[in-house]
Parts: sequence; structure tokens; C-alpha cells
Amino acid sequence: MSDSEKECAKNGDGMNRRQFFVKLGAGSVAVAGCGTALFAYQFLTPNVLYEPSPVVNAGKPERYESDSVTLDPANGIYVIHSPQGFYALSAVCTHLGCLTAWKQELGIIACPCHGSKFHPDGTKIEGPAPRPLPWLRMWVSDDGDLMVDRSQALSARQMVRV
Amino acid sequence: MAKTLDSYVEQLRSTRAWHSMFRSGTGAGHLHQALKIQQSVFLHLFSVKARRRVLSFSATWYLGALSFGTFAILVITGILLMLYYHPSVPQAYADMKDLQFVVSSGVFLRNLHRWSAHAMVFLVFAHMFKVFYRGAYRPPREFNWVIGVVLLLVTLFLSYTGYLLPWDQLSYWAVTVGSNIASAVPLMGRQIRFLMLGGNLVNANALLRFYVLHCMILPLTAIFFIAIHFWRIRKDGGLYPGSSQGEQK
Repeated sequence: MSDSEKECAKNGDGMNRRQFFVKLGAGSVAVAGCGTALFAYQFLTPNVLYEPSPVVNAGKPERYESDSVTLDPANGIYVIHSPQGFYALSAVCTHLGCLTAWKQELGIIACPCHGSKFHPDGTKIEGPAPRPLPWLRMWVSDDGDLMVDRSQALSARQMVRV
Repeated sequence: MAKTLDSYVEQLRSTRAWHSMFRSGTGAGHLHQALKIQQSVFLHLFSVKARRRVLSFSATWYLGALSFGTFAILVITGILLMLYYHPSVPQAYADMKDLQFVVSSGVFLRNLHRWSAHAMVFLVFAHMFKVFYRGAYRPPREFNWVIGVVLLLVTLFLSYTGYLLPWDQLSYWAVTVGSNIASAVPLMGRQIRFLMLGGNLVNANALLRFYVLHCMILPLTAIFFIAIHFWRIRKDGGLYPGSSQGEQK
């Protein structure tokens, strides 16, 4: 800072013209930076998604033999016909999202990725999965089809009787 | 014959056109050799002089140069593969199979890209360990170590994003698992996964985003940091001579 600038700084409010413009410029860049960050976040977030509906039509209840576990691999759900009624489980492992498989001969659900194992009611037997497989909301449509909403996990177990 | 060829080369190098392109002129002296390095846009990042000892194989095992070599192979083969690959769900897997069975030399380029990618990850790690065990990360080279860490991460992200592009079962589930690992980040995990995939599922948006990251954003980031990494070797006192050589602190 030159002597004349120092003098200017002493007078008035302690800011000379150069310091004022530097502050103004830095402030403008900061505001523009925040705006750019917001713009980038909004741009990168898709507003419309062409993803399949969370509601799945699982077909007529008669398709499912009694005491059976049926995997629908395309939709990532199990439809289970137990003696007490029907229920649906998510087939997506709660560990890292792999598709689990029903092992008929062992009577368990097993994940091929990291070895988590579950009972057919969703509770964990062993493995790294932090949570049981969630029960999904299931109901019977007006046409008599079993419907499953994959976006709605049930907090309390609820069977569908047909 | 050799004499004649040399004289032709010498004649070429004394032409005006040559001088207009290569400003360092002709000659074999130390000054000329230094000018050749200093006046080239590509070479001026490097020191004009180096001790013979630090250029020996045992000093570095050439791991940094080899990492850069695999990167160069990956850029060239990658650009060629882009000519036959469409980053779309119906076409990606079929294009990859076409590269293997239909395109002339396609399988060679694809395998060269794949093996170079594996080699690059290995060499970058080996380079890191060599630098670490020699103590070459210590001041005044500590910031170049930080840039090296950035380059290691870019290498791993390049490897990860490229893994999805064949769009087969292995890549699909690897990215499903990887994106779920990203969602374990505290507080903003779900948003990171959503932005990364461009949706909730590994789908068309995710394939396109990974393609853009793999072919544009990450390679440009890598080139940017590689340039700084090389330039800083000179700025931080040249290649590390080894602790026993009593480098000045």
C-alpha cells in the first residue's frame, strides 16, 4: 500500500477506493459462486424420471401354491403364500442392494453378493445386512389381482387373506 | 549412407520452416539441450537437468512414467472404442459384443483398454508405495503427494465408471453395490447416490452419467492434475535423490 493509500485509509471509514472495489468484486464472485452451485445442483437433479412404477401387479392369488415363496426378479419382490395368508417382501438386500434368491432346499433367502441370509418372514439369520427384508404393502385389486407397493414398507406385519 | 542421411537431417533443421517450428535451433551443446527442454510446450514442465543417479531404474522403478504410459494408452484406445459404443441401455451390451466379434481389431483395442486399466491401477498404487517407502513425500515435496492422492482417486473413479459401460450383470451389480456404498455417506448419502445415478435405479440415466464421467470429466481432471504433478517435480527440487544423499532441508 502506498503512502497516499494509507492516508486515504486513515480518513473516512478506513477503506480506500481500491479496497472497496476488491471487496465488492470478491463479494460478487461469492454470490455468483453460490448461485452456480445451486444451479448445478438443480440441473443435475432430474425433474422427471422414467422409472418403473413402485406398484406391481403380482397376478391372481391362485398362481401361488400354498406354502410357497415366489421371487419376481424383474420387480425385486417375493410373494409368499403362507398358511396364514399372503404377504410380500422386498427381495433387495438391505446391505448393498443386491437381488436375493430363494433357496428352496434350505428354506432360506440368501444374497449372492456378501452372504446375508434371511428367513422367509424377512428376519435376518446371518451376514452383513443391517436390517431385515421389509414387508411391503399388499392388497387385492378390484379385479382380484394381488397388488404390491414397493415404496411402502409396513411397520407392522399384515397378511392378506383371499 | 548414414552420413548422407545425417546431412539431409542437418539440412532440414537449418531450414527456415524448421526454425519457425522449433525455436531452440541446432547444436549439440549443453545450452542447446537445455533450450530444447525449456522451449517445448510439452517438455518445459520438466527440469532441464537431472542427476544421472535419479534417472536410474533403481531410483523410481519408473513407476510414475509407466503410470502415465498406461494412461496414454487408455486415452488413445478409449477414443477409438467411443467410435463404436453407444451409451444407451438397448445398445451398450450389444456394442461391446460387436467390438469383440465384429469390429476389426475391436477385441484387441478393448482388451488393450481393459488390461491397461488394470495395469494403471496397479502401477499407481505401486508408485505410491515406492514414493512412500523412499520417503520422497517429505518436504519440500509434500504438496505433490497430495496431488498424487487426488490422481489416485481419479484413477479409481475412472476404473469404477468404466466398469459400468459394458452393461452386463457384473457391471450392473457392481454399480448397484457401489452406489449403495456412496449412500452410506452421513447426512447427504441419499442425495449423492441420486445425483450419481441420475435417479433411484441403475438405469439409462446412470449409464449416460457414468459414460460422460468416464470419457470427459474424469480424463480432463486427470490431465489437469497430471500436468501440475509433473510441473511440481521441477518446482519442488527435481526427482528425489534419496535420503542417503543428504539432501538439503
